[in-house]
Amino acid sequence: MDSWRKNPLIFWVFAVPPAAWLLLFFLTPLALIWVFSFGEKSGLIDIHITWTADNYMRALDPLYLQIFLKSFWFAGVTTAVCLIVGFVVAIAITFAPGRQRPILLLLVMLPFWTNLLIRTYALIAILRTKGSVNAALEHFWDWGNGLLALLGVEHLQLLGAQFEPLHLLYNNFAVVVGLVYVHLPFMVLPLYAALDRMDRSYIEASLDLGAGQLRTFRSVVIPMAAPAIVSGVIITFVPALGSFLTPDLLGGTDSQMIANVIERQFKSANDWPFGAALSFILMYVTFFAIALRSVWSARRDAREALA
Amino acid sequence: MNGNSPIISINSVSKTFPGGVQALDNVDLEICEGEFFALLGPSGCGKTTLLRILAGFEIPSTGDVFIDGKNMHRVVPNRRPVNMVFQSYAVFPHMTVADNVAYGLKVSGAERREIPGRVQDALDLVQLGEYGQRRPGQLSGGQVQRVALARALVKKPRVLLLDEPLSALDAQLRETMQLELVRLQQTVGITFVIVTHDQNEALSMADRIAVMDQGKVLQVARPGELYEFPRDRFVAEFIGKTNLFEGTNVGWEAGILSLLVNGLGRVELPCAEHLNHDVGLAVRPEKMLLLDERPDHGYLAFEAQVEKIAYYGSESRVFLATNRGLALEVSIRNDTRAAADEQISGLRWVAWRPEDTLILPD
Repeated sequence: MDSWRKNPLIFWVFAVPPAAWLLLFFLTPLALIWVFSFGEKSGLIDIHITWTADNYMRALDPLYLQIFLKSFWFAGVTTAVCLIVGFVVAIAITFAPGRQRPILLLLVMLPFWTNLLIRTYALIAILRTKGSVNAALEHFWDWGNGLLALLGVEHLQLLGAQFEPLHLLYNNFAVVVGLVYVHLPFMVLPLYAALDRMDRSYIEASLDLGAGQLRTFRSVVIPMAAPAIVSGVIITFVPALGSFLTPDLLGGTDSQMIANVIERQFKSANDWPFGAALSFILMYVTFFAIALRSVWSARRDAREALA
Repeated sequence: MNGNSPIISINSVSKTFPGGVQALDNVDLEICEGEFFALLGPSGCGKTTLLRILAGFEIPSTGDVFIDGKNMHRVVPNRRPVNMVFQSYAVFPHMTVADNVAYGLKVSGAERREIPGRVQDALDLVQLGEYGQRRPGQLSGGQVQRVALARALVKKPRVLLLDEPLSALDAQLRETMQLELVRLQQTVGITFVIVTHDQNEALSMADRIAVMDQGKVLQVARPGELYEFPRDRFVAEFIGKTNLFEGTNVGWEAGILSLLVNGLGRVELPCAEHLNHDVGLAVRPEKMLLLDERPDHGYLAFEAQVEKIAYYGSESRVFLATNRGLALEVSIRNDTRAAADEQISGLRWVAWRPEDTLILPD
């Protein structure tokens, strides 16, 4: 790997195109947006770069802070649910018979192959008032009433006079369901990788020493899977925090997230400088989370692998 | 140590894995209280499966296992009076050495005040008294193994199971640890059951050895008995070096068995049993003598050509061939310093006492 020094031509041939690509299509637009965030809107499309901090001050307005907080809340709940569900799924796959494992993994990844928009509309079809969930519930309601009629007590209307569909769509619940659905694979894959790599004898040693299954999970599996848990949490939390399609399509009037506000600044509100400032605040938060993780893992490594 | 009551009884245990691989085939075995017992065999012979059945990680397809008089059927690993030292040691990397040793006591609800003392005693026992606050990552392979031993012994199990405990160590350390394990077993008085594929390990450490192959126990015996009186061809070849001959039976009369051996000719051996079928003959290389002249009666002797000599320091192995093409291996002790310069070549007489010939019924 270090022999590129001997053959600089090959090194440059391979290094320059991706570097140029990143510079042109990632760093340059990003730098532009960063500069815009210090600008002022003048007229319909012009932006004057005045190096003002007003856009950032405006982002600290309680109205926006509240949306930031709400976004964190959504992303946090999503991550927590993903962690619990993801652990169960990852354990199930790890301990599944060898031939079933690739199939189960494929099932976890399969939704990735479908467009996010289509998946979200599918969720709408399931959750809406006349959707699959309510249809199933109504079926059970009819069935229950039939049973009551058989017992001759249908006139008591124990299940209500008529079926009341659940309101599962266009609220915060729907947003969290949607976010969990979309982000679950991000949690399952690192957890599965860690559990699959983990030497089974650690678990067996814990059982052998007298610990039960739960104690083994708490004292051996979780600590040993900690790096994967942290990775999973970050790669779930960060994109969940920046979601805009899911709250847009599944949420109600009060469930918009910060990305919806940003989108509106760039589009309907036509206020690029403010949208840019909001974007960068979101990015700084993400950087902070990743930095926290590096500090944590550096300290962990230093503690464990001194030898 | 033999003659004590059995602490482990394995009764007609078979194990077939999903997919049809039969790991154990009707195994019967009794292991005595306080014994250092070795399960010896080539890889894939079922010895590790048997150990894992004792620990409770595998369930026998048929048959029963009794430990300390209790049937272990449906008894989960954490409720068995045994502890295990894993081949990979499985010392928890996220805990200190002391926490590793204390883990088994904590999870099984030992008196909290007693734990630090018992942990320290266990660490002292394996000479790691000063290492309690270290992390496993800071220890050498041999030290990590001692942690695994302390962690298992601190629970005072009725039986300690050791799965290839020395295979991850280098040769020098392995020999030290062999002695160390025997010393430890004598100190704590716990029954040790060790799985190994290394015959030297089993011979030097164990009180008794069970030799296994293809899921079956072929012979259970003390080390000396196993080496000198192997019951069949596999055991004779697996334990130590041996010269194996095929003998065609030409008659038995008055305690003398006459055989025709390919490459040697006619051989007469004392044999109490009236055998009327062909047999295998086994002679250990160190039972054979290498002589310049044909010896007096009382020896079986054959002339052979020296082909190659392998020098091993304390002994040399001489490879010869009879004029009828049979290969022989003789081991000679280099019991003088002059032996290093001695040249062995040409035609020699290979001789051994008839009673040192082992008759292996085919």
